[in-house]
Amino acid sequence: MAVKRGRGVAAVNYPTGMNLGGDPTQALVHSTPTGSFMVTLSSVDLGQGLKQIMAQICAETIGVPTESVTVDTADTDTGPHCMGTFASRGTHRAGNAVIQAAREARQVMLEVAAEELEVNASDLDTDGSGNIHVKGAPSRSISIFDTALAAHFKHGRSISGRGMFLVPRSYPETETGAMKPSTCYAHACTVAEVEVDEETGEVVVLSVKNVFEIGRALNPKMVEQQLVGGSWMGISHALYETTEPYYPDRHHGARDYNEYLMPGPGDLAETEIAVLERPSGDGPFGAKGPGEMCANPQIPAVANAIFDAVGVRVDTLPITPERVLRALKQRDAGAAA
Amino acid sequence: MAKVPVQFTLNGSERAEFVESGSTLLAALRDKMGDTSPKGGCLQGTCGACTVMVDGELRLSCLTLAETCNDAQIRTTAGLANGEVLHPLQRAFEDAFAAQCGFCTPGMIMAAAALLERNPNPDRADVVEAISGNVCRCTGYEPIIQAVLLAARANSTSAA
Ligand code: FES
Ligand code: FES
Repeated sequence: MAVKRGRGVAAVNYPTGMNLGGDPTQALVHSTPTGSFMVTLSSVDLGQGLKQIMAQICAETIGVPTESVTVDTADTDTGPHCMGTFASRGTHRAGNAVIQAAREARQVMLEVAAEELEVNASDLDTDGSGNIHVKGAPSRSISIFDTALAAHFKHGRSISGRGMFLVPRSYPETETGAMKPSTCYAHACTVAEVEVDEETGEVVVLSVKNVFEIGRALNPKMVEQQLVGGSWMGISHALYETTEPYYPDRHHGARDYNEYLMPGPGDLAETEIAVLERPSGDGPFGAKGPGEMCANPQIPAVANAIFDAVGVRVDTLPITPERVLRALKQRDAGAAA
Repeated sequence: MAKVPVQFTLNGSERAEFVESGSTLLAALRDKMGDTSPKGGCLQGTCGACTVMVDGELRLSCLTLAETCNDAQIRTTAGLANGEVLHPLQRAFEDAFAAQCGFCTPGMIMAAAALLERNPNPDRADVVEAISGNVCRCTGYEPIIQAVLLAARANSTSAA
């Protein structure tokens, strides 16, 4: 009986979004009379940073500073339709819809500016800090503030745009059964190092080294934040969390935070994160959906590390001390026989 | 049920309200006094989201009866900033990207504030100990630990 060390590796391909009956998200963009922009969505920000990312995407597309964009996700009854923020689809689906809406709004904005400057809209460009100028002649310019005022009070035009992004439903081919469940895949790989106490069955994750390939990190700090939190969550799924520890028996489940186990601040594994960017063909500015994926590869990596350490395959989650001990008992019984 | 008067100092201002007898400090703060910075996560003392300071001591406001707080000095995260100037912990949480959904953040910040008041130069183990009664679902804790250490460093350089 001893504490044994092991190392395990696992890699995942992760689809962005889901495809049950088609996967749409809609976005609306409009300007205020003073040239700031509103993005209206039904997609919800529950802490993953959707509002910030949509503001960046809208700002980049229209050619204004991010600070002049407000994102409203308030009401799914009245907002443009979104399937929801799940399946790692928020950035990809809503982002594409926002790009389309913002392009249309930008076009109207440039048309109004063209009227004001008496030039062709196609000769105009934005400077990214609130002005529109004639290409090659930066002094012939108008502020977006004045453009929006002119649109509202002189031209009677709404600087606005509609965006819709749909991944159409994919049907299996009759001959082969092949289908296209997703248009865009993110990837991840984790190496986990564990210690397994053969006497108590306790598993300690010493370190996880994670590589995530996420298309393009639209906000690198927020991406890192999600990946670090997700990596912790993966370990939590592997070793701690369950509502039904003896499933399908419903008894003995956790009833509160005292009983529902998660690793606390004193139980953290040494965690490394590396980000690879291979822009996706159909993502907004190349982004993919890494959200849920970041909590996935740690689970098989930990299971493999346990196998490496003590030679048992535990294939039910979470890998509790009880399950490890039962597996060890079986291993030893097999060896004795 | 009978209403009872409670009177205490909340973030420096005198406050008085009638509350249902038996109602919690958390309910009094949020529903009667409009300070929604303490959050109700579990309402049974297991998550730390409702953490406030009562007479300089950390307390779970969901387990504290409002009527036991008469004449107390109560501090919440809402009172930490000095006007427009954020408290060093608030600044550090922002700089270290230590909040995602933010639900645990006010409780974490109060727990960390209490730590820094009794130990201005904590090490990592002190920080872990100080926030171990607070649950976070999003961050994996590491960014929170880093934020508290950052705030402590910021404090010691500004004091020097
Ligand atoms: S709400 Fe008070 S500890 Fe959870
Ligand atoms: S940031 Fe969401 S619970 Fe801590």
